[in-house]
Amino acid sequence: MRHLTSRAVLAAVLALGVAGAAFAQDAVPPDEKPVDPYVPSNANAAAAPRADARVFEAFHGKAGLTRIAAGLVDRSIVDPRIKDIFATTDVPRLKRTLAEQFCFVLGGGCDYTGRDMASVHKDMGVTDKDFNALVENLQAAMAVEGVPFFAQNQLLAKLAPMQRKVVAR
Amino acid sequence: MKLPVATALAWALITPLAITGASAAELQTGGKLLLTGGVSALEGGAGGGLATWGVIAGNETRDGIGGKVHATFIDVSDYTLRAYGGAVGFHDRVELSATRQDFDTGPTGAKLGLGKGFTFKQTILGAKLRVLGDAVYDQDRWLPQVAIGAQYKTNDQGDIVHAVGGQHDSGVDYYVAATKLLLNQSLVLSGAVRATKANQTGLLGFGGDKSDRYKAQFEGSAGVLLSKRLVVGGEYRSKPSNLGFAKEDDWMDLFAAYAINKTVSVTAAYVDLGDIATFRNQRGLYVSLQAGF
Ligand code: HEM
Repeated sequence: MRHLTSRAVLAAVLALGVAGAAFAQDAVPPDEKPVDPYVPSNANAAAAPRADARVFEAFHGKAGLTRIAAGLVDRSIVDPRIKDIFATTDVPRLKRTLAEQFCFVLGGGCDYTGRDMASVHKDMGVTDKDFNALVENLQAAMAVEGVPFFAQNQLLAKLAPMQRKVVAR
Repeated sequence: MKLPVATALAWALITPLAITGASAAELQTGGKLLLTGGVSALEGGAGGGLATWGVIAGNETRDGIGGKVHATFIDVSDYTLRAYGGAVGFHDRVELSATRQDFDTGPTGAKLGLGKGFTFKQTILGAKLRVLGDAVYDQDRWLPQVAIGAQYKTNDQGDIVHAVGGQHDSGVDYYVAATKLLLNQSLVLSGAVRATKANQTGLLGFGGDKSDRYKAQFEGSAGVLLSKRLVVGGEYRSKPSNLGFAKEDDWMDLFAAYAINKTVSVTAAYVDLGDIATFRNQRGLYVSLQAGF
């Protein structure tokens, strides 16, 4: 009965034309927690994708980026400089969306399904120092994956301007 | 003039120590990424070595006060130059620096009629203000990080300076510097335009018998990032030639800057300083040891 009701609600919402938001809630992967409705879009990734997949390949494709995103998050949640900021974070979701975002911006052909950079980091009070600490953790994760230094910098070139959205003014 | 100069120098050297002491308990130094604060330029502020850059000295971001101390040694064919000093960076916005340079003529001093080991000493006080852009984060636009600055320089050998045609024993340089990290290319580029009257950066005084007017000079650096810790590149610095007794050449170098850790970095370079005070082809080694916080 309950099940039926929620289906009916879903149908109604779809009919109202906010399909994107409803879909995002509906498709919560098993190990993740639901988030407030938002409209998924590759524009949320906050960077245009690279035109060719050469750098993407230097990262060992989506599998490599998944390992790097996991390495970055695993380091950051124990890093004394920034771990407090991640205290209530949905770690599996963060690893998944980061891997998608990296894959998208490197021209790997993935879609980014996460939230937009400005609203997700709003009110966290992230400083430049925190931002750079995270970059250092990313550099460490990329080094473990064996990504050549020049290719590492090409991903950082895509992420660096996000400082303007992530760091609190 | 002597007293304020000495006080400022002492202040610039002691403040860093005081700050380091106060924050030692937090076990964290700075927040900048390795080498993104540049290294110490010969004239004291953040730069590449011979050239001054648009970045602010030290490891601190806009949330803190950082700085850098340096000891630099240049050994060319007929002279040596020793420089030491410090710079304080306030909120990655304002930089104040003080440097002392000892230009030692060694045995060449006797040949110049000055006496063996004759040493010109110069004190340089610098102020730099970052006006726009961000060298590191603005990777999606061409705009570099731009800073404006001034360097007050005073030479302790006024009599000799006047004897060789120099017009003043002190002077002020004004500059605009633009620096950009190009992460997509793993390059760092920097250029500056300097209005100056200085002879051999001021070591031979300011203005001369040939000209006593400000002239615009260019200084630039280009480096490639080989790792998080290592940048190699080259620099060029044009100079005026105001003195009749000896022509002055542009300077250039090939450098490697290495960050041993967040605090300590070393710059080593091969420098070509051209002719200095009639002695030709002054080439040799440049080594600088720096501690940033
Ligand atoms: C360029 C740098 C950064 C990128 C690309 C990035 C990317 C992301 C992404 C994709 C998400 C997940 C969005 C979603 O759940 O829909 C996220 C969430 C998060 N980020 Fe970042 N981030 C960056 C910098 C930082 C920094 C410097 C911090 C703090 C030190 C930080 C802390 C967080 C936290 C705590 C969350 C979880 C938010 C929540 O659970 O609601 N991020 N970030």
